[in-house]
Amino acid sequence: MNKDRLVFSRRQLVTGLASTSGLLLAGCSSKELPPTYGNVLRMGDLLTYRAFRMLLPAQSLVREYAHRDISSSPAVGNTNPADSQQETFNADRGPLYDRLRAGDFADWRLRVEGRVARPASFSLADLKRMPARRQITKHTCEEGWSAIAEWTGVPLRTVLEAAGILSSARFVNYYAYDDIAEGIDMLDAIHPQTILAYGMNGRHLPLAHGAPLRMRVETQLGYKSVKFLERIVVTDEFDDLGKIGSLQNGWAWYVGI
Amino acid sequence: MAAAALGEVQQRSVEGHARWVRFSHWILAASVLTLAVSGFVILMAHPRLYWGAVGNDLTPALFELPISRNYMHGGWAAPVTFFPGANPVVSEARTYDIFNENSWARSLHFLAAWFLVVTALSYIAAGLIGGHLGHHLIPRFRELSPRLLWQDVVTHLHLPMPRASGGPPYGPLQKLAYFVVVFLALPLIVVTGLTMSPAVTAAYPVLLDVFGGSQSARTIHFFAFAALVLFLVVHVAMVVLTGFKRQMRAMILGDRHEQR
Repeated sequence: MNKDRLVFSRRQLVTGLASTSGLLLAGCSSKELPPTYGNVLRMGDLLTYRAFRMLLPAQSLVREYAHRDISSSPAVGNTNPADSQQETFNADRGPLYDRLRAGDFADWRLRVEGRVARPASFSLADLKRMPARRQITKHTCEEGWSAIAEWTGVPLRTVLEAAGILSSARFVNYYAYDDIAEGIDMLDAIHPQTILAYGMNGRHLPLAHGAPLRMRVETQLGYKSVKFLERIVVTDEFDDLGKIGSLQNGWAWYVGI
Repeated sequence: MAAAALGEVQQRSVEGHARWVRFSHWILAASVLTLAVSGFVILMAHPRLYWGAVGNDLTPALFELPISRNYMHGGWAAPVTFFPGANPVVSEARTYDIFNENSWARSLHFLAAWFLVVTALSYIAAGLIGGHLGHHLIPRFRELSPRLLWQDVVTHLHLPMPRASGGPPYGPLQKLAYFVVVFLALPLIVVTGLTMSPAVTAAYPVLLDVFGGSQSARTIHFFAFAALVLFLVVHVAMVVLTGFKRQMRAMILGDRHEQR
């Protein structure tokens, strides 16, 4: 009896250890995970990402609020890509953005490329013709503050499917008109509340909040919800997005917390 | 009766600390210190605390802390009004260059939090199974009688303090302090921390209801931090006042001083 229990518990122990190490190692090759560069902080971030994906039920919806809960919203970071004084100003795309804005974004296009069957460009009118989602959600900034706003847009999943996303795709990366880029995994990309928003609080997305189109990743912190979108690139492998991505600037890539 | 109980405590004060207790103690100590420092740096980026679901520079604060240049900073562009009224919903663009070291501070905070959570859970599990928590930390009902507690307060107020043995058993106040830290303050600070996470609250929205919103949770998180810092100060003061060398030996080497 005792011996049986001993064997049983040893087996449990081995299973437990294997699944614990799985948090960091098993299941995915390094090209499918954010790199750590040997940095202990990035190892902690990776552990958090793996643990959240393993322990939390997938595709839970964030709380949606009532219209009366809408709060004032500060606009921080870059509030105009055409402003050369801004830290993330890009000398090529900044002036281009200014011209597009002067034309009421009629010539603005969102490119969707990478691991898709039909790379495409969508105008604002194209996106507005797609089935819209309206959600009143909380924006949580890494600085510590939060704000509730109503966002109107098209689910990212709808746009990815319109471009014929390939089954091998694992990451969706998105680039802004300033020197900002971010990426999310497929679980967040196809989340029903991950939308490309063109409306805020019942009007067109204001300039400081990312006109004409911004990402809304409601399951992560605010800096994943990139403003002033220019293009979307779908990849099979992890891309740290170089000097304009969060990782090489010392910020965590996954910020579900 | 009470004096006899305390006398008995002093007679048996020769146990020292078990190895796993010492190991857990120092990992927890390093984690808590790292969490306190990185948490303070995170708070410096936005030293305003709120009550409710949301709070930001354009909504009223519960209180503000003058701990960085971000305290009551100006630098906002003219407001854009979404909805006018008694409490208008507006947006303002920030032009002020804020202090923000959250890139490393946040990652360090969560790294230390992993060490804290894993160590504390192992400590509690081992302590409950092995009886350490039941025997030494969880106060008995009779120990919480006002008379015994008062007597313990008086003992603590008299200098010089009696030299401690460097290990359990502990007096009623000491037990109470450890009990509150292990079973109330640490769980509360971890759970309120998780209530600030959009991913965690998507999966468990009940957390938002329990604490009255993620900004309330942030404020409770701050007060739990303040309580833990207070505990830490008193804890270190007691170690110094009751025989620093012996106490440190007991927690580092675990030796049984009285028996050497």
